[in-house]
Formats: sequence, structure tokens, C-alpha cells
Amino acid sequence: MSGPNSDYDPVEVAAVSPAELEAARDAALAAIAAATDLEQLKAVRSDHAGDRSPLALANREIGALPPQARKEAGQRVGQARGAVSKALAAREEVLAAEHEARILVEEAVDVTLPTDEVPLGARHPLTTGAELIADIFVAMGWEVAEGPVIEAEWLNFDALNLGPDHPARTMQDTFWTEPAEHHVVLRTHTSPVQARTMLTRGVTEDAPIYVVCPGRVFRTDEYDATHSPMFHQVEGLAIDEGISMAHLKGTLDHFAGQMFGEGITTRFRPSYFPFTEPSAEVDLTCFVCRGTGLKGDGPDTCRTCRGEGWIEWGGCGIVNPRVLQACGIDSERYSGFAFGMGIDRTLMFRHGLEDLRTLFEGDVRFTTAFGSEL
Amino acid sequence: MKAPVSWIRELVDLPAEVTTEVLTDRLTALGLKLEGIHAAGAEIRGPLVIGEVLTMEPEPQKNGKTINWCTVDVGDANGTGEPQGIVCGAHNFAPGDLVVVILPGGVLPGDQGSGAVEISARKTYGHVSAGMICSVRELGIGDDHDGILVLPPDAGAPGDDAFGLLGLDDEVIEFEINPDRAYALSLRGVAREAALGFGVPFADPAERELPESDGKAWEVVVDDAIGCPVFAARLVSGFDPAAPTPEFVKRRVEQAGMRSISLAVDVTNYVMLELGQPIHGYDADKVAGALGVRRAREGERLTTLDDTVRELSIEDLVITDDSGPIGLAGVMGGATTEMSETTTRILIEAAHWDAVSMFRTGKRHKLTSEAGKRNERGVDPLLPGAAADRVVELLVEYGGATAEPGFTLVGVAPRRPVVTIATDLPARLSGIDITAMTTVESLRAIGATVVEQDADTIEVTPPTWRPDINDPYDLVEEVVRIVGYDQVPSVLPRRATGRGLTRTQRLRRRIGRTLAGAGLVEVVSFPFVGEATFDKLGLPADDPLRVTVGLANPLSSEEPAYTTTLLPGLLEAASRNVGRGAPGVALFETGTVAFPADNGPAPIYGVHTRPSAAELDKLVEALPVQPQHVAVVLAGERRRAGWWGPGTDAGWSDALAVVRRLAADLGVRVDVASSSRMPWHPGRCALISVDGVQLGHAGELHPSVCTAYGLPARSAAVELDLDALMAAAADVTLGPDFSTMPVAKEDVALVVDAGVTVAAVEAALREGAGDLLESIRLFDVYTGAQIEEGQKSLAFALRFRAPDRTLTEAETGAARAAAVARAAELTGAVQR
Ligand SMILES: [Zn+2]
Repeated sequence: MSGPNSDYDPVEVAAVSPAELEAARDAALAAIAAATDLEQLKAVRSDHAGDRSPLALANREIGALPPQARKEAGQRVGQARGAVSKALAAREEVLAAEHEARILVEEAVDVTLPTDEVPLGARHPLTTGAELIADIFVAMGWEVAEGPVIEAEWLNFDALNLGPDHPARTMQDTFWTEPAEHHVVLRTHTSPVQARTMLTRGVTEDAPIYVVCPGRVFRTDEYDATHSPMFHQVEGLAIDEGISMAHLKGTLDHFAGQMFGEGITTRFRPSYFPFTEPSAEVDLTCFVCRGTGLKGDGPDTCRTCRGEGWIEWGGCGIVNPRVLQACGIDSERYSGFAFGMGIDRTLMFRHGLEDLRTLFEGDVRFTTAFGSEL
Repeated sequence: MKAPVSWIRELVDLPAEVTTEVLTDRLTALGLKLEGIHAAGAEIRGPLVIGEVLTMEPEPQKNGKTINWCTVDVGDANGTGEPQGIVCGAHNFAPGDLVVVILPGGVLPGDQGSGAVEISARKTYGHVSAGMICSVRELGIGDDHDGILVLPPDAGAPGDDAFGLLGLDDEVIEFEINPDRAYALSLRGVAREAALGFGVPFADPAERELPESDGKAWEVVVDDAIGCPVFAARLVSGFDPAAPTPEFVKRRVEQAGMRSISLAVDVTNYVMLELGQPIHGYDADKVAGALGVRRAREGERLTTLDDTVRELSIEDLVITDDSGPIGLAGVMGGATTEMSETTTRILIEAAHWDAVSMFRTGKRHKLTSEAGKRNERGVDPLLPGAAADRVVELLVEYGGATAEPGFTLVGVAPRRPVVTIATDLPARLSGIDITAMTTVESLRAIGATVVEQDADTIEVTPPTWRPDINDPYDLVEEVVRIVGYDQVPSVLPRRATGRGLTRTQRLRRRIGRTLAGAGLVEVVSFPFVGEATFDKLGLPADDPLRVTVGLANPLSSEEPAYTTTLLPGLLEAASRNVGRGAPGVALFETGTVAFPADNGPAPIYGVHTRPSAAELDKLVEALPVQPQHVAVVLAGERRRAGWWGPGTDAGWSDALAVVRRLAADLGVRVDVASSSRMPWHPGRCALISVDGVQLGHAGELHPSVCTAYGLPARSAAVELDLDALMAAAADVTLGPDFSTMPVAKEDVALVVDAGVTVAAVEAALREGAGDLLESIRLFDVYTGAQIEEGQKSLAFALRFRAPDRTLTEAETGAARAAAVARAAELTGAVQR
């Protein structure tokens, strides 16, 4: 721009008159104000501030003026050009903002369109239910123990005070593996895990046993709405100095409250299990009617508990010293409690399931309802 | 065990305010679990009265039936004292008979669920019939008679209430009796508990004056005193086999759920219900010589009362006479000496049997009987003499029999052990504040003999009817149940210091979440399989997966084994979903599979001491190998069609994508190699491994498998060894080093033979590119006109980056060239 100018004859040159300059400036400002979009503004810039614009020409001529005229002309042209370029910038900012806003409006979509290209996955409530239970106990400082589902007969029965001629063995309809003389069964409860824990870990004053054993178990039950040859249990075992039924009750009350909500507790009834002595059946406050036995506020009886206010939940008791003995634990010094309940059954109460079979059918409509955590 | 309330009340003097509900609540709290309360007449509403038939006019009808127009004296029950006119269709009665009449306003239960019938005076067959003469069926107390219930002449007077007479108001409590409370399989036991529960006296029905045994009732030789510690025999003669069973015996036997058969049989059952002692009656004229008790001999047979010929085992206890075995002791009598409608001399046997032997015999012969049920749980050994005597008494009273002199009682009752117990043990174990005095009183209340040894210890002899009590803890349960389980306080134990979830437990949760996050739905299926399952998977005959852990007693003969693969369960579930209309389904399961170990039998150890470590190892070794697997099935629509474009169905690559996603989440680098294995498509199956350890397979299912399960074509599956995968998972992941210097990107397109795998080319490029290579990714595969047939072009995006500087073009170019050169060298790749 400021290079030597050879396009004109310096002798003939005269400064642009102030009036002309003013006119050129006003024309430029008017055009700028009239521009309605960035495209028009670009043309305006070229016409009024471009190389061939009157103001640019005027600017170029300044160099050719006699030195004494340059200063004044320079000032005037500079002011005019400054005003135009400021106006251009301001207008551009306005138009650019307008443009952006318009684009955002134009790009609007219907956000209610579906977005289900990849269907949802889910974990099974039996898995997440067992995890929920485990977490309740882990929070109390318990550990989660596991063992094989195909188990030695001795661990599934004998070690648990269920000798070969124990009538209770007929209560547990056992799947035997072939050949039956090899004494291997599909475990009928998760109690062998408790036996394994005692056998492998032992107990000391500093390392008591507090374990919970969730897992899959088998009985030769025909498959129907409330029975299944395969189901899930959670059993717990605590062995420590001075353990009593009060600790068992405290633990189960806490478990019930965490699992089903505050105000839900347990009740014990005398019962019989070879593994425990004394033994008890555990009932749970019916969490549908919350123990009233009534349906809603009306006079009808609660369907879940049949008006009892309690539902059968599982079995428990003080670990039979014979079991401690078989598992190498000093029964004079330590005592323990154990409990067990069905996870399937617990979930059926908690989630209002009518038919046990829905848990094993694998219908994705059932499972996805539960998401990835219970 | 079903116990009529009236019978309980006969044996124990319960306060009148104790309702059946209060009674059952108390008994439940003591350990007799309530199964239900039944009352025959629960649905009948009065007035139900005795009527005497005065007149009876048969009136033939046009429809061929003949009805009887009767007048019946119902005393004052109808308010007028006038005879009641009733139309009756039955003919098995006559004027003068006493019958049961329900008067207008009454309600009958109605036939099998047809709803209650309200009785009103109504016009029928030209008469106004004001009520109904009832049959047992209409009363809901039986269905074995078609006609009208005709009462014995001494049943009562016209107008008397019939509820009590028929036992319609008698509630029957059904208990579920636990194995340790076998004594409660009798009214004697239930009543004893009721007396205990309400603190009222109990008159033991087994307490009878018995004569000294003279051995003269019948000769009895017991060869096996362990199997049969006590054997009592009595004899009656002159019994009238036609004598009817008295109403109360019949009703009670039926209330208990047994059938009334004949007076002689009913009486033995009645006494068993009353006392808990099983009793057997022989037709004495059919018994030849002395009764013997011994174990059966090899090859001996016996036809039991149920007309079944039984091969006896040398462990079975039998009763014999001169002809050989005549009864399966304690379980079921034999056919040859069975009482019949001509029996007049009855030999009564009441014996105490070894419970274990009874249990084994019952199991061996698959025989469950009321007698066996009691004998195998343990009966009071002091009962045989009293029970036999009670039977004699009833046969004399109701059967016109004469009690023959002589009483044979062989053997003595086994002694009960003396259990020493600290008096504070019940308090310590229950957490209830139980005093020494309460302990002693409670134990005496259950019938134990308690001797106070010193201030803190007592010696307890349990009662003879409690064979289950042998240990101090058994006594604790007795004390606590009497004090009340509801008294146990709720106290949390000391806070344990747990170590949280194990690594494996955390990994399993993580794997589940990752798979669910990939859009897969978890399934839990049964692990039972059979040959047909493997056929459906197309496994060859010698496939190792066909070698299963068999089940000796499967539920279904079609599925007699524990599975070796999770795929069958998943494929069935996928098929079920598709069958129910799902356009696509993506499932996963984690679970145990099993392979035989063939290490011989698992030992059975004693239980008095802990097995040694070596012995425990033997147990574990005998078990099948039980790895955890994870499996996936993807069938049909995987990505749905929508406004965004068309959908895609699941295929082999989706299976691989799941594997890689899972591996990436666990920080495991898996190797993928082409493989061939059923049930996968032979050209679309990948072997997955980690550091040379095979994890399993992934890919598209064989078309025949898709067809067999009714799944869409190209359905895909994965099955991996979860244990091996978890073992390979990063334990503690170290934070990765990465450079923040600028990246240099280079694309290369290489032409290789179609058979060369991408993995091979990629590995060569990676090797050649050296340390500056940050990542490499295949972004296009091309086959077609632009290149020769039998070849393919692979386009890779390479990213280079140095840890400490901006790479120059020369450096990047050199690395790229080295990569291409190595690929050319190893795979014959030519740059395009
Ligand atoms: Zn309820």
C-alpha cells in the first residue's frame, strides 16, 4: 500500500476535497448499515474499503501530494477510513451473531425421536440380589465365601451332623452323581461352604469367622411355580467367643431391615435342623402389609402373608457342637450361629414375583426391568 | 400329624377360654408347627338335628323316579313340635330310623365346590318339603355312602343337636412334626405339649397297671436284641369279626387321615394315634409256632399286606413263625397272617425297634407307612406293654373278645444317657437371662430327671420318649423353647474386621457390568444336559464336551448329566425370546460347568475329629473339575433400524466385539486366531487365547445349530473359561505413560493375498514401525476391480508420537517405511 506510486502524474494531482471525502465516508457508512447479512457486508467492504474504493484511492493520493498538503489530507483521510472500518467491524459482529443464531435455530431437531439403536442390557436379579445381600454383610465386616456346586457327600452331609441314616437326609432330595458309590452330590445347600470355611480357616480369638455364603443349590424337586430343581441360597456363619441366639437375632433383624426397609424384623419359632441346636425358623415381618395382616386399610386379609403378618423366611440356630467338632473347632471355647434362606424366595417377596419360573426362563423383558443393580 | 381338638382336650384339662387358635399359637411357639386347622362342619350352619322317621310314602313320578314323602319327628327343633314333612329321594331307611335333618334356614357345604346350599321350605313333587334328610356326602364328612345317614338307635332323641354327635364341630389340628419331635406323632405327645404350654396337669394315657410278664401270651424269641430291644405280645380270643367299629374310633381314625377298615385294624391304629406305638395284629390261627425276630436271610422273600413280593435284605429285620418270615418288622405285616373277616383270635404285637434299621428298611423297600414313620423316628421304648394292653381293652370292650391270660414282654428298654450340663449354658447360648432354677424347672417340665450335682452343674436324664436328646445343646433348646424363643433379645455381634470382597468376586461383578453395558441381558439356566443336547449343538461323537458328570437320579432321563458348556441353556433362552416375538436378543450367562475328574470315590470320614489336611485334599481331588465359564449368544437384530438408518443383525464380528470389549475392560490382551469347532461356523470361528492359554471360542454359529434352535441365520456365540480370563486380568493397573507431544498421522494401504490375516499384517507393521508407533488401526478393506483377484487391500491408520519432542517428517517417514518394509517381508504386502 505504501509502495512507490507510478500510476499517475504527480504534477496533476490535487488533494481530494473534504466534501468529497465526507460524501465517500457517508456513502460507506450508509451501505454498511444497510447490509443485512455477511455476504452483503463483504460486498460493501470491497466497494467502500477495498483497494479500488474512493477512500483507498484518496489514501493513495496522499503520497503524491506536496509535503505541506500531506499532513492535513492524511488526517482527514485517516479519520474517514477509521470511521468506516470501525463501522464495518461493528456491523460484522452484529451480522455474525445473527447468522449464528439463525443457524442454531435452523439446526433444531425433534429431541423426542427414539434413540434405541442398541437395546439395553441387564444383569439378572438373582446375581444382583446375591450381591445386595453380600454387600449388607460386607458392610458389617463379614466376608463372602464360595465353594463348588458339585460337592463331596461328606461335606454336604456328614460334616454337618447329617449322618447316613439321619432321617433329615430324606428331607433333602439329593441329586447324586454317577456312580453314587463315589459319594459326590450336587450340593443341597450352601452349608458345605461353611464346613469348608471352618476346615480350612479354623478360628482364633483374633480371627473369628463371619462369613456369608450365597450360591446355587439343587434338590430333586419337580419344576413348578414355587419349586425348582435349582435354586439359590444364602447362608451365614458366625463363630466367635460368646456367640448366642441374641447375636443371631440381631444379625437377622439388621439383614431384614436392610433388605426390606426399616421396621421389618424377624421372629423365631423352634424348629429342627441337624446343623444347629437350638434351631429356629425365621419369620419376616410381612413387608407388604408391614405386619398388620390386612390388605391396605381395608378389612381384607393380606394376600402375601395370608393375614399372618409374618412370612416364612428361612432357618437358623446355634451351630451344633458336633459340627464344630467335625470341622476341628474347639466347641468348649467357641460357639457359633448359622442361618440360611432362599435368595429366589427373598426376591419373590421383595419384588412381588408370582412364579419362580420367571427367574429361569431368560425372557429379556423380565430381566431388563431390573437394570444392572437391584 | 392330625390331632382332633376334642381328643387333645380329653387328655389334658385345658381351660375353656383356650380357643383352638390360642392352642395352636402356643404349640407353634413350643415347636409343633401348625400346618392347618380343619373342621368337617365348618361350612354347615344349623339347625341340624336328629329326626325320627315317622311315616314314609313312596310316590312314583312321571320321570320314572320314586320319591318318598316322609314325616319326621324333630322334637321342638322346628318350634312347633309337629312332625316335619320332607321329600326324600333315597330309599335306604325306614320308619323308626333315626336320621340327620337340616331344617329351613340351615346351610350345607354343597357338592365338591359347587357352593353352599341354603335350605328353605320349597314346593316340590306336589308337597312342601321343609328341610332335608342328609347323607354323609351332603354333610361333607365322607363320600363312601350313597344313601341317607342312618344313626344308631341309641344316638339320641329327636330334636337333639347333631353337630356334636357327628363330630362336625370338632376341629382337627394338622401339625408338621420335625424329626426331633417324634413323640408328637401321637395324641399323648401333643397333649403333653399342650399341658406344658398352659401349665395344666397331664394324665398320661400310657400309664396303665400292667401284669408281670409271664411269657405266656405267646412264645417270642428275639434273636436280635439290638434291632428289637423290647417285644410285647398279648392274645385275645372269641373276637367278633363282624363287630362294628364304634363311632368315636372310626371318626378319630378318619380325622387322622387313615381309613377305617375293620374293628380289629381300627383299634390298632387308634392306639397308635393315641400313644404313638405302632401295633400289629395277627390272625393267631394263621401263626405257626413261636414268633421270632431276626435279620432276614439272603434270598428270603415276603409278601407284604399290600400284596407286593419283597426280596429281603440281610439287613432287614423280620418277624418269623415256623413258616419263615411273616412280617417286615415295624414297617409292614405279611399277607399270610393277615387278619380277615373270619378272624376270632388276635395276636397283638407291640415292639420297640431300632430306628436306624427301620429307616433303612423303609428306604430300601420304598415303604412309607404310619407305623414306619414313627418307628424310624424313635418311639418311647416303655410303650409296648401298655399299648398292647390298651388294644386288648378295646377289643374286649367293642369286639366281644376275651383277654387271654398271659403277657409276654421280652427285653428291656435301652437306658437313656445322663447328660451333664452347666446350669448357665441356656442363658449363655440364648442371650436370655435364664436362671439356674428356670433351667432345672424347664427340664423337669419336659419329663427329664434332674439331679443337681453342684452349684453350677446338673445331671439330666432325658425322658424315654425323647430319643433326640443326647447333648447339652439339646437340653438348651428345650429350656429356651419353654422360656420362649420370643424372649431372645436382638443384639449385634462384635464388629468383625473383614477383608471385603475377594479379587475374583470383584472381577465377576465387573464382568457382569461390562457385558450388561454392552447391551447383553444376563440369564440363569439349568445345567442339565443329555446326548440330545450335544447332538443339537452338532458336536462330533468323540467331542470332549460329551464326557460329562452323570447324575444317578436325574429328574429327566433326557437330561441325565451336568453340563460341560453354557451354550445349550443360553440357546434355549434365545430361542424362547425369539419365539415370543423378540426381533433380536443378546444374552450372557456365567456359571459352573463340570468335567469328570476320575480320581476315584470321595471318602467318607468320621465326624468326631477334623480330617487331616491330606484327607481333605483327597475329598477335593475326587470332585469333578468345575471351572466357571462365561457365554454369550447374539441372535437377530443387534442394532435396530430407525430414523438413523437401517439396522444390522448380529453376526460373527459382534461376538468378537463382545470378547474384545470384555478383555479391554479387564486389561487383558487377547489373541484371536482362526479356528474351527462346533457349534460354530467352520469359517467364522475364532479361537481366543491369552499368552498361549486358550480361553474359548467366538464367532458365528453353524447354520445347522441356528436351524436346530430356531434362531435367525448368522446368530453368533461366545464361550470362554471365566477362571482363565480372570487369572489373566490385570491385578493392579499401573497408570499408563502417554506423551503430550504432537501426533504424526500416516495412512498406508497394503495389498496382500486374500488369505493373509489382518492380524498378521498389523503385527508386522507394528514390529517394523518401532517405538515411535503409538497406535495402529485398520480402517478399510478393499477387494475389487482396482486390484488383482485373490488379493485384498488393507488400509491402516498409523499414529506416531515421541515422548519428548515433535517428530520430524523424516523420522515419521522412516518409521512408516520400516513398517511397510517389515510387512512386505513377513506377509508379502505391496504398498498400493
Ligand atoms: Zn402381609
